[in-house]
Amino acid sequence: MWYYKIHRNLNKKVKPIIWTRYHSIVADRQWQSVVGLEVHAQLNTESKLFSGAENTFGGLVNNCVSLFDAAIPGTLPVLNRKCVELGVKTALALSCRVNEVSTFDRKHYFYADLPAGYQITQQRAPLASDGVINFQVFTPGVHKKPYKKSSKIKQIQLEQDSGKSLHDDELKRSLVDLNRAGVPLIELVFEPDLEDGEEAAALVKELILIVQRLEACTGRMEEGALRVDANVSLRRIGQPLSTRTEIKNIGSIRGVAGAIRHEIDRQRSILESGGTILNETRSWDATNKVTVAMRDKEVVQDYRYMPEPNLPPLRVNLKTKNDTQDVISVPLIQDQIPELPEDTRKRLVQEFQLRPEAAIQLVNEPILLEYFLEISANKERNPTKVANLLLNDLLTALNQNKVNIDHCPVTSKQLIELSDLLLQKKINLDMCRQILDELVHNADEDISPSRLLKEKGWSMITDEAELTKLCIEVLENNPKLVKQYKEGKKKVYRALLGIVVKSSENKIDMAAVSKIMDDLLKK
Amino acid sequence: MNKLTTYTIKELHKIYRDKLLTPTSFVDLCLQKVKQTSELNAFVTVTEDEAENHGVESEKRFYIDKKSRMLDGITFGIKDNFCTSNITTTCASEMLKNFVPTYDATVYARLRAAGACLIGKCNLDEFAMGAGTVDSIFGPTRNPWGYDKSNDDWRISGGSSGGSAVAVSSGACVAAIGSDTGGSTRNPAALCGIVGLKPTYGLVSRYGLIPLVNSMDVPGILTRTVEDAATILNCIAGPDFLDSTTIKKEFDPVSITDDFDMTKIKIGIPKEYYCEGMSQEVIDTWRYVADLLENQKAVLKSVSLPHTSVSIAVYSILNQCEVASNMARYDGLEYGFRAEENYSTEELYASTRSQGFNDVVRCRIFAGNYFLLSRNYDKYFVKAQKLRRLISNDFKNIFNGDDHVNILLTPTTLSDAPLYKDFMSKHNRDQCAFQDYCTQPANMAGIPAISIPIRLSKNNLPLSVQLMGPFLSEEILLNVAKRIENIVKFPAVAL
Repeated sequence: MWYYKIHRNLNKKVKPIIWTRYHSIVADRQWQSVVGLEVHAQLNTESKLFSGAENTFGGLVNNCVSLFDAAIPGTLPVLNRKCVELGVKTALALSCRVNEVSTFDRKHYFYADLPAGYQITQQRAPLASDGVINFQVFTPGVHKKPYKKSSKIKQIQLEQDSGKSLHDDELKRSLVDLNRAGVPLIELVFEPDLEDGEEAAALVKELILIVQRLEACTGRMEEGALRVDANVSLRRIGQPLSTRTEIKNIGSIRGVAGAIRHEIDRQRSILESGGTILNETRSWDATNKVTVAMRDKEVVQDYRYMPEPNLPPLRVNLKTKNDTQDVISVPLIQDQIPELPEDTRKRLVQEFQLRPEAAIQLVNEPILLEYFLEISANKERNPTKVANLLLNDLLTALNQNKVNIDHCPVTSKQLIELSDLLLQKKINLDMCRQILDELVHNADEDISPSRLLKEKGWSMITDEAELTKLCIEVLENNPKLVKQYKEGKKKVYRALLGIVVKSSENKIDMAAVSKIMDDLLKK
Repeated sequence: MNKLTTYTIKELHKIYRDKLLTPTSFVDLCLQKVKQTSELNAFVTVTEDEAENHGVESEKRFYIDKKSRMLDGITFGIKDNFCTSNITTTCASEMLKNFVPTYDATVYARLRAAGACLIGKCNLDEFAMGAGTVDSIFGPTRNPWGYDKSNDDWRISGGSSGGSAVAVSSGACVAAIGSDTGGSTRNPAALCGIVGLKPTYGLVSRYGLIPLVNSMDVPGILTRTVEDAATILNCIAGPDFLDSTTIKKEFDPVSITDDFDMTKIKIGIPKEYYCEGMSQEVIDTWRYVADLLENQKAVLKSVSLPHTSVSIAVYSILNQCEVASNMARYDGLEYGFRAEENYSTEELYASTRSQGFNDVVRCRIFAGNYFLLSRNYDKYFVKAQKLRRLISNDFKNIFNGDDHVNILLTPTTLSDAPLYKDFMSKHNRDQCAFQDYCTQPANMAGIPAISIPIRLSKNNLPLSVQLMGPFLSEEILLNVAKRIENIVKFPAVAL
C-alpha cells in the first residue's frame, strides 16, 4: 500500500525518504534483486597506455595529446609497461589469476571523442581472471551491525579511455577534448553477486581503498578516475531473472547506492504492475535522484571486435623473479603488495581491541587510520579512546569548519600531544574539543595544544585544595539545593556538579570533582 | 645509354670521390629527369627544395667534413603513404589530399639519417588498394617500358607502388620505398624491370606507414640492382621502439659476395604456382631461371604448398577486415577531408567518408565490416585466420622439414605489363585477385621475397621471377638474386 505512495511521490519527483524505501525491499521478501558491477579505474601513471602523452587530470584542453592519441595516420601503439605493472598489482591484490598471455582487441564504434573509431581493449584474453573481493557492508544509519560480503571478479582488462565531448546546444556546436583519450584504464568485471545498492557502494568503497593502497589509481570518483556501471535485475523468489538494465558511469559512492536503489524500485514497480523491463542503458541523474534511459544507447551496437594487429601478445613471467624490459615478473610484483584494508581491519580488532565498526570507519578514512597508527604506536594510549577522538571529535571539528578530511590541517604531532593531555586527564573532553576546533580553524602546524591551553587560560584545576574550595563555595551559595539533596532528592546532585563546572569555566576533571563533592555532602 | 637509368650507389659514390659529379649536380640531374618524364606521373609531390637541401648537406659531408654516410648523395623517392614531416602525405586519396604530417616515418628518418636525398613522394593506388597504380586521385602512373607519347594507350606500371617503381626505372632516383601488403612492391618492380624486395615482416619498421593491412604490410625496397637493395635494407632494417611488431633482435647487415656458394642451396619449385591465366612467356622465364640455377650447381626440386589456391580468398577477407578497421579513423574531425555537412555528427561522418574515399576503398570497408559482425566473425574472420595459419605452415614445412629447401623460385606476375585499357576492363577486386596470385602468400606468412627482372617479352616488356625464403633469409635471397642478375644482364629501359 505505502509502496504505491512512494511510487507516486517518485513520479512527482519528490525526494524520496531513503532508508524507508531501502528497507521495503528486505521487508516484503517477494522480490530478489541481483546486482553486478563493472568498474573502470584510471591507472595512476605518468603517461598514457599506448603513448608518451602526459596522463593528468585537469590539464589545459587538448594539451596532453600525442599523435597517436589523435589517431594520426601511421602512428602505432606502444604498450606502457607501468600500466601492466599496476594492472597486475591490482589483479594480485584481488586474488585474480594473472594470465601468462593476454591479447588486445579493437572495439569499433563511431564517436567524436574516439578518434581512431575503435578502442583498444582486451576482450578475448584479458590480463587477469577469476578473482574475488571481500568487504564489510556497514552504512551507519542503514545497518545496525557490519556484515561480510564478497563478490567474484570475472576478469580485469587493460583498455584505453576515450576523450571528452562537450556539446553546446545554443551554438549547436560540439567540442572535443582529447586529454583523456588513451588514458590507461583497467576494467574490472564483477559477477552479479550483490543484492542491493548498499552492498554495491561498500564494494566500490573497498575497491577504492585497495587501489589507493596499491597506488594504482587515485580512486577520485569526482574526477572520473573511477567510474561504476551497475547491472540490475529482479526476480521473484525461485523464478528466473527478469531482463536487466545497465546504469552507466555512476560518479560517486553514494550515487552507486542511490542509483541501484532507485533502479530496483523502478523495476519492481513495473513488474508488479505487469509491465516488462527493457534491456537498456540508463544513466543516474544525481540531482533528481532517478535513473533515466540514455537516448544514444537505444540501438544495440555491434562492436565488430577484431584482434589489434599492431600489438604482439602481452606475456608475463608467472614463475620466477626474473624481470626484463619486455616480460614483467609477476612474483616480483606480488612482493610489493602492501597490507590490504581487510587485513588492516583484522589487525585493528586483534591488536588494538577496537570494535569492528570503529575498525571499518578508520580504514575507510586512510588519513584517520594513519593518525591512529601513529598515536597508538605507544601502547600506553588507550586505542579505543584514541579511535573515538579521531572518529567523533576530529571529524566533528572538521565538519564544523567545513574542512574536507583530505585537507585536514592538524598534524599527528598535535594529535599525539592532545590525546596525551586528554588521556592523562590534564584536560577534559570539552576542552579537547575546543582545542581541536582551534587547531582545525587556525591550520597552523606550529601551534602546540598545551601552548594553546595556556594562551586561552584553559588549564585544568587539578589541585585538590582548590577544587575543594570551589565545591565548598558552590555548596555555600546554593543552600536550597543542598537542603533538597539532604532531604533525599538525589537528582539535584547533577545540578550541583553542573554549577561547579560552570563556575570553574569548564576547567575541572569531572571524576575528581564528583569524588570531592560526595565527601563534602556526606559531612 | 642514359646513365641516370643505370647508376648504382657504389658507382655514384666513386663518381663523387672522383668529382666527375657532385651530390648537388646529381640531384639536379634527377630533378631534370623528373620534369622530362612528368607524363609518366610517378610523383604526387616533387620535393625540389628538400632534394636540393639534402644534396647540399651531402656535399658538405663528402667534401668538407670528409665523413660521408652510406647514402650521401643517393636520390630516392618514397611512396606517398609514408609520413614525411612538413610534406603532404596523400595516400592518393581525397581524404588526405591536404594532410601534412608533423612527423617522419621511421623508414624515411633512417634514409635521411644515412644521407639520402628525397626527390619526391610517389604515386600509388588510393590507400595502396590496387595492383595497377590506376586508382589514384592524381591519375594513373605509366610504365616507361613501351611508352610512346604518340600512342593513346600505354602499359600500366603495376601497383600499388607503381610510382616508386617508375621513379627508379626511369632514372628519377636511385632507389625508392614502396609498401608491400600482397605484392605491392614486387608487382610493379616486376612490370617495370627493376628489383623489388619485400623484407621479413617485422624487420623494417612500419611506424609512419599509413596502414593497409597491419599484419601484412612491410616497407618494400625498389632499386635497379640487387646490391643497391641490400644497401638500402642495411640502412632501414632493425628494431624500432615505435613499432611493437618489429623484431627485437639487433639486425645483422646483409652482405653480398660474388663467390656465394650455390652448391649448398636447395631451391624448391612449388607446383601450385602454375596457375590458370599464367602466360607462356612467364612460364618459360620461370623455367629458364630454374635451368640457369641448376647450371650454377644449385639443387632444384619440385615442392608442394597445398593451401596456395585458397590464399587469395583468405587474403581478401583479412585485408578487408583490417581495412574496415584502419579506415574508421577518417571521420573528418581531427585531420583530412571534411564534408560540408552540419546536420548531425553522423551525417558529417557519412558524407565525409562517402566523398573522401573512392569506390574501391568504400567497397572494402563495407565487406570488412560485414565479415566482422559478431554473427559473421567465426564464419569469415576466424576461418580466414585458421587458413592463414595453414598457408604459413605450408612454408614452414618446406623450409624446415627433413627434405627442406632453402628458397622457392616462382614467377612474380602472371604476365608482362598489361595495357591500361585491358587492365581497366576488369574490376579492381578481380585484378588484385589475379595480379597478386604469386605474391600475396609471402605476406600471409610474413616471409621475405624478392622480384628480379630476367628478360624481355615479345612485347619488349620486362619479365621477372620471385624468390621466397624463410624468416630473415634476406642474405641468401639477395645473394641468389645477385647471381641471377649477373647472368641475365637485364637491360635498363631506353627513354
